Amino acid sequence: MHTYIDKIREIASRLLKEEAVEMVIGYQEGTLPMISPPMSVRSAEDVEKLTWSSHCCINLANYLTDIKGKVAVFAKGCDCRSIVNHIAEGKVKREDVVIIGVPCNGMMERRTISNIFGDEIEEVVEEADGTVIVRGKGREEKYQKSDILRQCCRVCVHKNPVLYDELVADPVAIPEDIQRYKEVEKIEAREIDKRWKFFENLISTCIRCYACRDACPTCYCPTCFVDEAQPQWVGKGDDEPDVMTFHILRAFHTAGRCTDCGACVSACPMGINMRAFTKKLEKDCLDLWDWEAGLTSDMRPALETFTPSDPEDNFK
Amino acid sequence: MLTHLGIEPERLQFSWISSAESTKFIDVVTEVVEAVRKVGPNTRLVKNMVREP
Repeated sequence: MHTYIDKIREIASRLLKEEAVEMVIGYQEGTLPMISPPMSVRSAEDVEKLTWSSHCCINLANYLTDIKGKVAVFAKGCDCRSIVNHIAEGKVKREDVVIIGVPCNGMMERRTISNIFGDEIEEVVEEADGTVIVRGKGREEKYQKSDILRQCCRVCVHKNPVLYDELVADPVAIPEDIQRYKEVEKIEAREIDKRWKFFENLISTCIRCYACRDACPTCYCPTCFVDEAQPQWVGKGDDEPDVMTFHILRAFHTAGRCTDCGACVSACPMGINMRAFTKKLEKDCLDLWDWEAGLTSDMRPALETFTPSDPEDNFK
Repeated sequence: MLTHLGIEPERLQFSWISSAESTKFIDVVTEVVEAVRKVGPNTRLVKNMVREP
C-alpha cells in the first residue's frame, strides 16, 4: 500500500510540475476511518494529501463528465472501464484525460468490518501480507482482507486497468475460479413470487436520497427522471411502487454500461445492495450479446446497436 | 429483467406485427388478453389508491 501511495504522489507531482495537467483527481484521507473521499489537487505542494487505501470505493470516473481542461485521474480496473464508457459515449475526450491505472486487489466493505468488530473503530491498518488490523476501544483484531472485501470486488475479473497512460504498479493476478454470477443465479433459481418479495425486501429501507445515482458514473443526465416535475415520471414519496420504479429504472439506465464498480452500494447510507438489479443486467448483456461494458471504446454499447442476428427468443 | 424481478411473464409479451398483418394482430391481442386474464389483476408496482376504512 505504501509503495502505491509513494508512486501516486510522485506521478501527481510530476504531472503538475510539468504542467501536463491542470488537476489531478485522487483520494484523500477521510476524517473518519474506513472512508477515503475523492479530492482534486491543483498544485504540486498539495500532492502529499493524496493517498491510497482499501477504502477508495468511490468511482472517480464520475468527476470527469463535461470537465474543462486537461486532468489526470487515478483509476482502478472498474473506474477505468467507466472512463472507456465515457469516451465511447462522447462525455470525455481521450486526449483530455491522463489515466493513471491502479491495479486493484479489491476494496473492503466498511459495514462488514463494523459488524464483525462490534465496537467503534478508530483505526484500520492494512499489512502487505493481506492481513488487516482493526483497532478501537482499546482492543485490536486481525482479519484476512479476502474475508472483508466488498461483494463486487469478490466477483471482479477486471482488476487491472484496461486503458491507461501509466501504471502505478505491476498488474495483479486474477483468480481463475471466480463465479461471477453466483448471486444472480441464486435469485434466478427462486420462484417468481419469492423473487418479487426478495426485491421488495431489498429496497424496503430506501430513503430515496439518490446517493446511488449521484455516485454512479453512468448517471450523468442533466435532469434525472426522478427530479423532473413535468411530466412527473415517478412519485417522490416513499410509496413502495415509487421506490421500486426508481430502482428498476435506475438499473435499466445502466444496462450495458454498468461496470459493477459498487460505488452505488458503497454510497448508500442504508446499505442496500442495489447491485442485485444491475448484476442481472450485466449477466444478460454477456449472455445475449457477449457484451461487457467498458472494455473497448471502438464498439457501440450493447443497447445502442442492432443486428439481424440478435436473439429474439422473447418475440412471438 | 422484469421477470427476474418478479413481474409475471404473461404480462410482458413482445411481438413483431406488420401493419398489413391485421389477422395476426387480432390473434396476438386475443392471446395476450387471455394470458393476462389467467394471472388476474396486477398487484405489483400498483399504488393502492383506495384506503381500507
